[in-house]
Amino acid sequence: MIRRIAPLAVTVAALALPACGGDDDADLTIYSGRNEELAGELIERFEREGDLQVDVRYGDSAELAATIAEEGDNSPADVFFSQDAGALGAVEDTLSSMPRSVLDAVPDRFRDPRGRWVGASGRARVIAYNTDKFEESEVPDSVFDLTDKRWRGRVGIPPPNASFQAFVSAMRLEVGEKRTREWLEGMRDNDAQLYDNNIQTVEAIGRGEIDLGLVNHYYLYELKREDPGLAVANHFLRRGDPGSLVNAAGVGILKTTDDQDNAERFARFLVSKGAQRYFAEKTFEYPLIEGVQPPGGLPRLEELIGPQAELGRLGNQLRSTLRLLDEVGFTT
Amino acid sequence: MTSRRPPWPLSVLGVAAVAIVCLPLAYLMIRVAGAGPDAWGVLERPRTLSLVAKTVGLVAAVTAAAVALGVPAAWLVTRSDLPGRHFWAVALALPLVLPSYVLALALLAVSGPGGLLGIPALTGFTGAFLALTLATYPFVLLLCIAALRRADPALEEAAQGLGRTPAQVFRAVTLPLMRPAIGAGALLVALYSLSDFGVVSLMRAEALTRAVFLQYRGAFDRDPAAVLALLLVALTILVLVGEQRARSRLGSGSRGGRTVRAASVVPLGRWRGVALAFCATVAGVGLVLPVSVLVAWLVRGSPSLDGVATATLHSLLVAVAAAAVTTLAALPVAVLAARFRSRWTVALERTGYAANALPGIVAALAFVFFAARHAPAIYQSLTLLVVAYLVRFFPQALAGVTSALSRAEPRLEEASRGLGRGPAHTLATVTVPLVGPGLLAGAALVLLSTLKELPATLILRPSGFDTLATEVWTATSVTHYSQAAVPALMLCVLAAPAVWLLVVRGSRGLDPLGN
Repeated sequence: MIRRIAPLAVTVAALALPACGGDDDADLTIYSGRNEELAGELIERFEREGDLQVDVRYGDSAELAATIAEEGDNSPADVFFSQDAGALGAVEDTLSSMPRSVLDAVPDRFRDPRGRWVGASGRARVIAYNTDKFEESEVPDSVFDLTDKRWRGRVGIPPPNASFQAFVSAMRLEVGEKRTREWLEGMRDNDAQLYDNNIQTVEAIGRGEIDLGLVNHYYLYELKREDPGLAVANHFLRRGDPGSLVNAAGVGILKTTDDQDNAERFARFLVSKGAQRYFAEKTFEYPLIEGVQPPGGLPRLEELIGPQAELGRLGNQLRSTLRLLDEVGFTT
Repeated sequence: MTSRRPPWPLSVLGVAAVAIVCLPLAYLMIRVAGAGPDAWGVLERPRTLSLVAKTVGLVAAVTAAAVALGVPAAWLVTRSDLPGRHFWAVALALPLVLPSYVLALALLAVSGPGGLLGIPALTGFTGAFLALTLATYPFVLLLCIAALRRADPALEEAAQGLGRTPAQVFRAVTLPLMRPAIGAGALLVALYSLSDFGVVSLMRAEALTRAVFLQYRGAFDRDPAAVLALLLVALTILVLVGEQRARSRLGSGSRGGRTVRAASVVPLGRWRGVALAFCATVAGVGLVLPVSVLVAWLVRGSPSLDGVATATLHSLLVAVAAAAVTTLAALPVAVLAARFRSRWTVALERTGYAANALPGIVAALAFVFFAARHAPAIYQSLTLLVVAYLVRFFPQALAGVTSALSRAEPRLEEASRGLGRGPAHTLATVTVPLVGPGLLAGAALVLLSTLKELPATLILRPSGFDTLATEVWTATSVTHYSQAAVPALMLCVLAAPAVWLLVVRGSRGLDPLGN
């Protein structure tokens, strides 16, 4: 008897199991280009406070933007929480208008001029360097110095990272296509070391594998919390240098969402005092709303002068920036 | 074998299963055919050529090294007086419980600045080569052990009796006996390293699978990734065809009967120390080192246990579902080919093995493209994930079921039919119980592969659906290696029974190529 039932039971179980992993039983589906390490706790807090069931799909921001574009009307995502403004801008046609109150919470320069995405936290591009090997005065003030032979094989960059891509977009807008390509080729020929993301780059500097890295400012502090002895520090670049871009992580709501209320609730949550304090205290980013203190020990946001490019213009550049990175050989 | 007409439901099920297996490749071709010239441009780049060369180089090196480790080890544990050879036979096979990317992690952890061993960082080609070799030599080992146990020792003894030295006996008799097993093992190793994604990614080694993923992830236009994926498929087919050619040229060697008595033991004499050192080194680097690293992380790093229970449950859920679904899907195809042999059933079975040419990253891409555009209902669902596993591991289940069927006596089925039982009844009461153990072995292999599978799981899983494999991956993407310890150890624990089953059963289910 058991012999006869066993195969049947297995069949039923096999067919039933996949079916029970329902597709959209969540109250909100977030595509997060911010990694789980930094954003996971914040999203959990949102879940708890709103008593909501949230599904998160983590990935690189540009990858998720491309996924949203590929999915088109079928996208299961309700909101796109991006590492940088460029990836949001790249899919701005698929985003609906943000509520006015959410947009107005942050300064003009950190939101889409047409109101389809809003910045949640600010970050600056820096050169992170190994403090055992260098004084800050020895670290270049411009990314254009990094193609010098002196740094051959000693500089790390994370091409899949959206913030790096945004920096390249800003450089293209600032100094033009030709010089940007020359710089990228110079980096490649100078044996720049490629990493998947900012954290890996900073860790490699700490291990002494490389000397310098082009990263966002805040990863350092996250790593220092775990290893206070980490021999890495940030160097903020010369005013107006493409490598000093000030960017924003931000959020957009997809037109195709079937959870509009919860999506808006999430956007509102990100620009609330609680979340802004989380950015300042937990991830060492710049809060964007008034009345929340920025993290100590950093230059004030107003003092950081990046290249001219407005964040809202980065989105249009993403496709061609990715193509350029690919052509130069940073993708395959 | 009589050639009766198969009952139609069986044919429908068999054809349906093989159709699903062929779907991803077909869709990928459609997608690529519709891609613009930009996408095809990816093939003309000098970088692509060097990428192919480096991939081939890595695969060739790993295959050679895995054979170089696996063959002597198999001989030592079956034909020599190596002290504790039964222990070594198991210890040397055990790296199978470790996913190859965990091996890679361990090597990364102990090398480089700040590593335990004080050697240069094992990244790039060297690191990938080492990790893949350690992950794959057990295939060669197990197949060669099985071949040696099956081989009639009389041949070797006769050669010995004629005054040949052990070295001459090995070259003239033992090696030819092992040749089919070595060939099958080498093919498995080559296919594994060609389709590996986790190791080459962690080691940042240049290889096609990683290039496909980087291209997929790093460009807005995803057609070039599809083109590269097809290039990878083409390379895989070349390996399969090359192996077929080599096998038919060399002949299949002596299969030998079922041996009842143990082979006589070759005394190692003064080589005993060297042999022991060899076994200890291989098992040490392949098993003790990675497990120690994981345990050290566990003890020192006090990693959080958050989510491990959920991830374990998820891993088990999909692995059991994949094993069951895949085995059930392979059953009609195998029964058709074994019991209703005709030109089309044999062709159907062969087509079922086509998934061997489909690395995980390629299957994942095909399904994600297909579902995002044409099947939103199952996009990012567990159903789609399990279907992808089915496609990916169909050959493993098919080989398991086929070898099980070949062991079952068809006359018993005929007797059942003669006693008036219908075909379905006979299938349930005679065939299935007879082939049960073989089915289990095939299912165990699928279970094991699914537990460790990385690229398809990463790309196709539902949002927020973490498995042990993806937890390991997430931990490594931010280089918090110690966070990988718990899920990685959990994976080993879950994999252990399946590996045990395969090792103890003499690796008969191990050959997913249907040789």
